[in-house]
Amino acid sequence: MARDSDDAGAAKASKAKRQRKKKPKENKTRTVHANILYDNAKGEENPNRHYVNNKIKTTKYTLLSFLPKNLFEQFHRFANVYFVFIALLNFVPVVNAFQPELALAPVVFILSVTAIKDLWEDYRRHRSDKEINHMDCLVYSRLEKRYMEKYWKEVRVGDFIRLRCNEILPADVLLLSSSDPDRLCHIETATLDGETNLKQRQVVRSFYDLDCEFDPLKYNSIIECEKPNNDLNRFRGYIIHRSGRRDALSKDNLLLRGCTIRNTEEAVGIVIYAGHETKAMLNNNGPRYKRSKLERQMNVDVFWCVIILLVMCLFTAVGHGLWMFQYGDKRPVFDVLSPDGRDLSPIMSAIYLFLTMIIVFQVLIPISLFVSIEIVKICQVYFIHQDLDLYDEETDSHLQCRALNITEDLGQMQYIFSDKTGTLTENKMVFRRCTVAGVEYSHDANARRIAMYQEMDSEEEECMSHGGTLPRRDSVTSYQSAHVVLRSHSTKSHRRTGSRAEAKRASILSKHTAFSSPMEKDVTPDPQLLDKVNECSSQMDFMRLHRQPMSQLTSDLADIIDFFIALTICNTVVVSSPNQPRHKVRMRFELKSPVKTIEDFIKRFTPSRLTSGSNSSSSSSLNRSSNRGCSSLLSSPSADSTLTKLNEEQFSGSLEHTFSAVPPSYDGKTSSNLEEGELRYEAESPDEAALVYAARAYKCSLVERLPDQVTVELPHLGKLNFELLHTLGFDSTRKRMSVVVRHPLTDQITVYTKGADSVIMDLIKPPDTGSSKGKRKKKIVCRTQNYLNLYAADGLRTLCIARKVLSKEEYACWLQHHLQAETAIQGREELLFESALRLETNLHLLGATGIEDRLQDGVPETIASLRKAGLQIWVLTGDKQETAVNIAYACKLLDPEEEILTLNADSQEACALLLEESLHYIQAKFLCSSGDQTTNAFHSNFAPVETYPFSSSHISPFSVHRLGLVIDGRTLAYALDKSLEDKFLAVARSCRSVLCCRSTPLQKSMVVKLVRNKLKVMTLAIGDGANDVSMIQVADVGVGISGQEGMQAVMASDFALPRFRYLQKLLLVHGHWCYSRLANMILYFFYKNAMFVSLIFWYQFYCGFSGSAMVDQWYLIFFNLMFSAFPQLITGTLDKDVSAETLQRLPQLYMSGQNSEEYKPYMFWMNMIDAFYQSLACFFIPYFAYADSDVDLFTWGTPITTIALLTILVQLGIETKTWTWVNWLSIAFSVALFFTVALCYNASCPTCYSPSNPYWTMQKLLQDPLFYLLCTITPIAALLPRYFYRACQGTLFPNPVRVGRQLDKLPADTRRNILGLSRVTVGSPLRAEPPFLSLNKLSPESWNNKDQRSIAGSKTSQAKQAAASQTEEKGQISPPARMEKHFSDLFPLAPSELDALPYTKNDPPLPGTPQPPSAKDSECFRRTLQLSDQSVNVSTPLVSQTDSIQLNLAPDRASECVRFRRSSETGLRPDGTVQPACRTAQQEEQSLHTAL
Amino acid sequence: MVKEEEDSSNRPDNTAFTQQRLPAWQPILSAGIVIPGFVLIGLAFIGIGVGLFLTSRDIQVLEMDYTGADGSSPCSVCYNLADKNCVCTMSFSIDSLIKGPVFFYYGLTNYFQNQRRYGVSRDDKQLYGDTSNFASPNSECAPYQYISNVPIVPCGSVANSMFNDTFELFKNVNGQSLPVPLDGKGIAWWTDYNVKFQNPNVTPLINAFNGTVRPPFWSKNVYELDTTDASNNGFINQDFLVWMRRAALPDFRKLYRRITDGDYSAGLPAGNYSLKIHYNYPVNGFGGKKKVVFSNVSWMGGKNEFLGIAYLVIGSLCVVMSVVMLIVYAKFKFPEDN
Repeated sequence: MARDSDDAGAAKASKAKRQRKKKPKENKTRTVHANILYDNAKGEENPNRHYVNNKIKTTKYTLLSFLPKNLFEQFHRFANVYFVFIALLNFVPVVNAFQPELALAPVVFILSVTAIKDLWEDYRRHRSDKEINHMDCLVYSRLEKRYMEKYWKEVRVGDFIRLRCNEILPADVLLLSSSDPDRLCHIETATLDGETNLKQRQVVRSFYDLDCEFDPLKYNSIIECEKPNNDLNRFRGYIIHRSGRRDALSKDNLLLRGCTIRNTEEAVGIVIYAGHETKAMLNNNGPRYKRSKLERQMNVDVFWCVIILLVMCLFTAVGHGLWMFQYGDKRPVFDVLSPDGRDLSPIMSAIYLFLTMIIVFQVLIPISLFVSIEIVKICQVYFIHQDLDLYDEETDSHLQCRALNITEDLGQMQYIFSDKTGTLTENKMVFRRCTVAGVEYSHDANARRIAMYQEMDSEEEECMSHGGTLPRRDSVTSYQSAHVVLRSHSTKSHRRTGSRAEAKRASILSKHTAFSSPMEKDVTPDPQLLDKVNECSSQMDFMRLHRQPMSQLTSDLADIIDFFIALTICNTVVVSSPNQPRHKVRMRFELKSPVKTIEDFIKRFTPSRLTSGSNSSSSSSLNRSSNRGCSSLLSSPSADSTLTKLNEEQFSGSLEHTFSAVPPSYDGKTSSNLEEGELRYEAESPDEAALVYAARAYKCSLVERLPDQVTVELPHLGKLNFELLHTLGFDSTRKRMSVVVRHPLTDQITVYTKGADSVIMDLIKPPDTGSSKGKRKKKIVCRTQNYLNLYAADGLRTLCIARKVLSKEEYACWLQHHLQAETAIQGREELLFESALRLETNLHLLGATGIEDRLQDGVPETIASLRKAGLQIWVLTGDKQETAVNIAYACKLLDPEEEILTLNADSQEACALLLEESLHYIQAKFLCSSGDQTTNAFHSNFAPVETYPFSSSHISPFSVHRLGLVIDGRTLAYALDKSLEDKFLAVARSCRSVLCCRSTPLQKSMVVKLVRNKLKVMTLAIGDGANDVSMIQVADVGVGISGQEGMQAVMASDFALPRFRYLQKLLLVHGHWCYSRLANMILYFFYKNAMFVSLIFWYQFYCGFSGSAMVDQWYLIFFNLMFSAFPQLITGTLDKDVSAETLQRLPQLYMSGQNSEEYKPYMFWMNMIDAFYQSLACFFIPYFAYADSDVDLFTWGTPITTIALLTILVQLGIETKTWTWVNWLSIAFSVALFFTVALCYNASCPTCYSPSNPYWTMQKLLQDPLFYLLCTITPIAALLPRYFYRACQGTLFPNPVRVGRQLDKLPADTRRNILGLSRVTVGSPLRAEPPFLSLNKLSPESWNNKDQRSIAGSKTSQAKQAAASQTEEKGQISPPARMEKHFSDLFPLAPSELDALPYTKNDPPLPGTPQPPSAKDSECFRRTLQLSDQSVNVSTPLVSQTDSIQLNLAPDRASECVRFRRSSETGLRPDGTVQPACRTAQQEEQSLHTAL
Repeated sequence: MVKEEEDSSNRPDNTAFTQQRLPAWQPILSAGIVIPGFVLIGLAFIGIGVGLFLTSRDIQVLEMDYTGADGSSPCSVCYNLADKNCVCTMSFSIDSLIKGPVFFYYGLTNYFQNQRRYGVSRDDKQLYGDTSNFASPNSECAPYQYISNVPIVPCGSVANSMFNDTFELFKNVNGQSLPVPLDGKGIAWWTDYNVKFQNPNVTPLINAFNGTVRPPFWSKNVYELDTTDASNNGFINQDFLVWMRRAALPDFRKLYRRITDGDYSAGLPAGNYSLKIHYNYPVNGFGGKKKVVFSNVSWMGGKNEFLGIAYLVIGSLCVVMSVVMLIVYAKFKFPEDN
């Protein structure tokens, strides 16, 4: 770093200024100085002294603060405050009920259990903190003038630290130097965000050109940056040099704590944020706290308990007052005066008694309930964790429960919102087919190979023993991101071996390095295309040798080679060698930097550059474009002036020279060709990798990627260096990315663009129709579009590849703007965006690719069974409509049998109309109640009598029909508008499945929120990527797939699954169990406490309502905590109402949880009534048995306690569905514990335990036969009604769960047979069958004369009838099937809705005011029909026998239509004709093409 | 977290417990189990019930109210306790022998010994003979803790309200009244007499009570309860012990004496008896009743037909239910059959 000495003064001045400025600015920015400057000053003057050091302390407590702080936290829970209040009340002499110390016991017990748990957790944190704090790193010491080993905790802000390869970063460090010649440093952020690819970080620009090693002693710049924040993807600031020059800093300069240095021998940086202020730590949120539905319901009942308690207390208090009052002035001998000798007035006594009773009856509010629930949930989480079925061998990961307290919510889900990519699909991209220059290459061999993989996947299992040596994927990312991931470096090729074991092994390995499994990597080339590539490249080679201009190549061939070049270079894939997965492959002979400035540009494009031969002058320029297109540049003041020097001649003269052929030195590297196949590609998205691997199959392989150049090896041509001028990174608005390169063969500046077909097709240069070339181009475009539609119909992800050649002046012009944009201070992002838009125009279409995103294993089955379980499944995806629809068909989300409503609108009004129409349609179809309605009556339903807005009461009759709804993002945005959301919901909820395509993350979460809030249902969101995070957070239960797209979704989720299919067991089995266990346990708790407390309540009638208890206070207080605690915990943890197998086979059983059947509000009251009855029995049987005897209080009360305990335990026994030895043990233990405690207690101290003083009571009782007689009869008498009810329930009202239980009892094979046969016995998946109109008389033909459009409909209906009869033959005469039949009869009606839909954008009709159909409209319609008919003909065998009716709203807008589409029984394929972006012209082209 | 777990995989253990596959018994409350079960339980209960009922019927009880609330009773003169040492005599006859041993109870009704504040008003330490508590009784005893700063021993409401009617039983044989010997030993719990209640270890006993006063309702000091028998005096007086064991319900009886000695060891023979009552205890303030009960006992205690009836009823209910269920099952088929 060159710094002039005379700058020093200025620097000082600026520094002084800065310090003055610092004060007010302090709360906005952070200023970091180098520590070594202040080493002598020991703190006092060090400006960094205010910043936290790197010691982390995640513990909540210290030794001293533990007690007060923990108590304080625990008292945030209302229940605890309540119980402490009661305990304290006991210390008031007038109202006390128990020994005050004893009354404290339960509260102290509960508090201490929680405290011990907290303490243990805190201790664990403390230990791991300590471990982390004592890790080593190298810190520069001024005294020693070298880097010294120091502990992490000693690192301070402003320290220089040196990092070596594979070291973990101790703090957030600004990269100042790197041993990498490109001044790059690679980091792996897997522990931070789970993304496995390497990220590049750059040395701060000012230090970029430092030739010698970075010397901390020479550093005296000041860094000013933002305050610590938790945004991993943002870092802004600047470095101020002594010279006063400022350089901007961006996130590309910052190395984050917890990441691992890779690929870089050594890096030096200055610590910016340390310890808790690092981004990693700030991102580390604790576990989430959610309250489950069950708990909310429970809290209501706790509230009821409080009311009951108060009523009981009030009753007793009044009773006591009256009791006192009846004696009047004559005080009975047994009355006790107040301590001062005066008698209390009845009213005062009543008031005191009220408080006393609250203490006595406190057991009614279950103090241990909250603790028990927590314990049970922890156990449930443990079991879920332990489930082998939820364990994924491939990734060696199992389910993670991140939220510990909503396990039972899993059993109550009603709506599932799923992401598609990565959730339903593998997110493993497999190259399937492509089209180049309008010619399709079907890659049949490749398809066969993939099929083979799939077969192997399914066939062979288990034989793979999971070797312990395989490295694992870090499952949990936490703040202690200090995992040293062991890597196996022995990656021998497993290609084409076909062994699954090896494939699996490879996929595990590849998890650490790249996305690609062998399936993705190996692409069997299409022979035809391969020939063409070979031919093409050999021609090019020939031409190069003969110095012929490349333009002589036929455009077909040129396109092919360009296509593959684009595949290879238009990405951000990094190449690494397999043996050292993290080491960049270097084959660099000449250092060239990309175009950084205009000067640079001029220099490079002028002959003088060759002569000067030095690019050292560029060191003065500090601008550097990042290869990701997200650089931050400062404007160079000279740029404008130098640009004027540009002139055409300079270019034209120099070009031939500059772009000479590849240096011959490359040829020497041919020996490396053997290794070439071994190269690994690390891509940011799996699509990119798939494309690069595909290109490699055609021998067009990416060899090396550097910030400024890409090396590609082509057949015959050898290695070609593409000078990388710019990379315009992918963003979701543009939906494309581009690279600007200088083509080494043609020497042209070429832009390769790759992107979504919808955007690229719009950017294609309109072909000049005059020339034959233009015609050909047009044809190519049309054919490509056609193939794209086919690909989409096949469920493939499509990408278009395009090219553009820029002339030098065009490029210069663009560059000027681009540089301005890059250097802009304000709105840089927008300017860069605009600049990218300017470049990506008038493209030349090369071709398109179809990449398959394979469905995950078991997805269709999972969806089918989840749906059978009564779950509504919505898929929210960012993919385009066609792809999404096809994936939806593939995974059985949409059923070919069902109709699909497609909503595409591009304005609010259109959307409103569409929704209205759909509602009408649905109503017409499904809501016509009586069967004898005539056609006219039916018609009347179409009259626009419906009023806005659709109230919720209107929604209620809607039930789920066999309808699918497809809506795109734009329409969704309109539909989510306040005014339309009700209608949207009305439509959506009556559809069986909903598919939202092209939706943004925000929309996803809005949809979830809407459904959750409006329909008051339980929602589950499942996704794997960062775009699902908001949805996951909004839903009641968020599930993350710990898949390919990083850990962000997992971090936000409540549960993390390795695979989608595990959702089935998680919900159907564990969810069901957790819910039913917890629901039963909570109900039991209420019952138990009510039963026990009311015993004392009844006694009040016999003790003058004086608050006396016949139950000894010990029993009273420890009853809940000890005697009756264990069995219910065991049952709450282990009970299984139905076996896992049956639950999975009969998903319908899940509905019991959805409908909260285990715990309905009335059940609380039923339980209460039962509890009262039982307590009456337990009270009065001993009462009468001991009537007229000389029994004393506790000799009478102890049997009652015993009886109550036995009754409660037997009750639990009745409610327990599965008895294991643990249950037996726990119940035996409870009884034994009670008697042991009672015997010990009654023998321990003759004079203690006032006032009960139960000395020898139990011993005496045990000698009394009456005691045993009572203990036998009372529980039976008490439980007889419940037992009788339960016994009859099984026979009289066998609900599905009970049937399931009975099935469990059957021998395994019989059960399997039954399960295989009858699903009907348990209940139909469609719960509420809508009353539908029987229109058998209404033959389709009757509509023919009315509406010409019904032709298609009648055709389908016949097919449908055939389908229906077929199903009947199969013996599945289920209501849905019948309904289908009716649908078909009704179907022809649908078009008549068109009458209400004459909508044009220019003339939006008022909602609800139908306009008569214009001639134009019907014309349009007919035309569409023809088109679609043609499309049926056009279609490849894939698109067969699809009848579709499209209702076009406007002739020019295919997108604004409701499509009521049905298919024949062979399966529905979308017609593929109507693309939102498709123009009529194209359609014509298509038909033209068909004619060919 | 930091330490890399050893090379073991994350694979969960495949044990019956972790996989929730513990061998289990799944009782389904269905006809197969329920009906035979109910029948068995019902029959067993009916058997027990019959036994209990018969046992209870054998017990003879003679109960006499002597409250004197209505004028006809011989004790009505004493009802308002006009004079201090009111004595009344009740005559009664026994038709047939009441088999021995006969227990002689006194009973009170509407008397809330189980009242909460009454119950706590005692000092167990004092009664244990702990003289330190003589000087300063437990504060729970208030207001019967001190009388003008002199501690009360035994303090508290329970002791203060001790029942102090006494009875003498005579058998009228040929116009002569022969006293029936009443055994006052062993009427209290053994543990009360030997463990829980103890006189202070001071002889003579009276010295221990220096500086204390007797409870206000008492006419005798506690060390004068039975001057004839030192082992029945003071805190270990059996009547006192019986009183101090609080009754569970407001209508209760307490054992007064046993009739076991001499001619009466076989029971109370038929004949005319007279009961001389020293009527001291006021019950008119709370509308209570006083009674005496002569009863013999069985292995299951005093006469109580309830338990036997309860067993019979529950037993029959079980049988009835099983029949009902049988009908139900017959109508709705046996679900486990298919």
